[in-house]
Amino acid sequence: MNWSIATVVDVLAETDRTVSIVLGVPGWPGHRAGQHVDVRLTAEDGYQAQRSYSIASAPDDDALVLTVERLDDGEVSSYLAGELRAADELELRGPIGGYFVWDGSFGGPLMLIGGGSGIVPLRAMLRHRVAAAGAVPVRLLYSARTLAEVIYKDELLAAAQEPGVDVRFTLTREQPDGWDGYDRRVDRDLIADAAWAPADRPLAYVCGPTAFVEVAADALVSLGHEPGRIRTERFGPTGR
Amino acid sequence: MHISRGFHGRGREQGDPSRVPPGQYLTSDFPVLSAGPTPRVSPDDWTFSIRGQVDEPRSWSWAELQALPREDVTVDIHCVTKWSKLDTDWAGVSLDTLLEGVETAAEHVLVYCDGGYTTNLPLEDITGGRAWLAYGYDGDPLDPEHGGPVRLLVPHLYFWKSAKWVRGIELRLDDEPGFWEGYGYHNYGDPWREQRYAGD
Repeated sequence: MNWSIATVVDVLAETDRTVSIVLGVPGWPGHRAGQHVDVRLTAEDGYQAQRSYSIASAPDDDALVLTVERLDDGEVSSYLAGELRAADELELRGPIGGYFVWDGSFGGPLMLIGGGSGIVPLRAMLRHRVAAAGAVPVRLLYSARTLAEVIYKDELLAAAQEPGVDVRFTLTREQPDGWDGYDRRVDRDLIADAAWAPADRPLAYVCGPTAFVEVAADALVSLGHEPGRIRTERFGPTGR
Repeated sequence: MHISRGFHGRGREQGDPSRVPPGQYLTSDFPVLSAGPTPRVSPDDWTFSIRGQVDEPRSWSWAELQALPREDVTVDIHCVTKWSKLDTDWAGVSLDTLLEGVETAAEHVLVYCDGGYTTNLPLEDITGGRAWLAYGYDGDPLDPEHGGPVRLLVPHLYFWKSAKWVRGIELRLDDEPGFWEGYGYHNYGDPWREQRYAGD
């Protein structure tokens, strides 16, 4: 798979630690919601570092967008979410991954469960669902530590107004006054409350840190969801 | 080569280039990547089979596997998602032990697992002291998240070939792509040649 040179069109702050990078990629072949790209950085002395990042934009969007969370020890993420700016160039290749993807033809109902920056590929799926104005009912459960760490907050709240779209948040560390969402880490009871019933046979996509995904996917299985309809993407502390 | 303006790199002090393949970085964690929920299989219900192009299919129970000669190996592992981990300690049984006396014309294997995962390798790559059925990691039983009770360990290839929750291998005359191989990942996956994706 070949590397391309993308041009940074814009860098948008999403949260204190997260940016969305809007890219122009000549000859981009298109992607499916949920796929990722590899990014490669090269220093002047030839040193290179590569990482994978989920695509945040929907296939229907005009530009390719990556959303990157800055990790304290992340040499690539701290560059992308710190140094990079419009008109810079970025080497990437993709799209990559064919399993953790959703398009309208897969049907539903759709259950999206994201923890932290694990929301990114799920956001691409939700945008795709909304853009295509499909009839597939979708529920999103998104776990973040605080409201300030919720990525795409306004967009997700707007999406929740669409027919057939249900968006729920759980804030695990701190909740604003009057918060009426969930207020704890994802557990089996929370999944039971937020998810489709097993009889609805949802197609579930779970993305987040390993411990989060383990809990959420185990909960779905123990509630009676078919393991074969649960797709996961995990990242460890250094995984991104 | 395309220089990234303002990028200096902070991880470069890590990593002996003779042990860290191109495009990889070192981690001391053990990240987990799986396509679905973690299967929970009791050793009592676990078996390992060799089937396909064999004179006679073979199968081992958990107890039978434990009775085979155990090997303790320390190896470097490399995940296609870019992390490498050096000097990982495993306990298990060499595939050479399991394949001893097997007569076959097969040149390929398809590894199958609980949860439906598969991966394909040349038969040659799981022989010659290069592959194990691992049931121990770092002095403990292998955690389900990392593939327990038993996973394949083939450290000279990208780690998706080291299938978790392994239940058997099918010896084949032809090469059948496995799970990730069917989704655009490289058919062979040599980290030293950076064979991440089809065409690399």
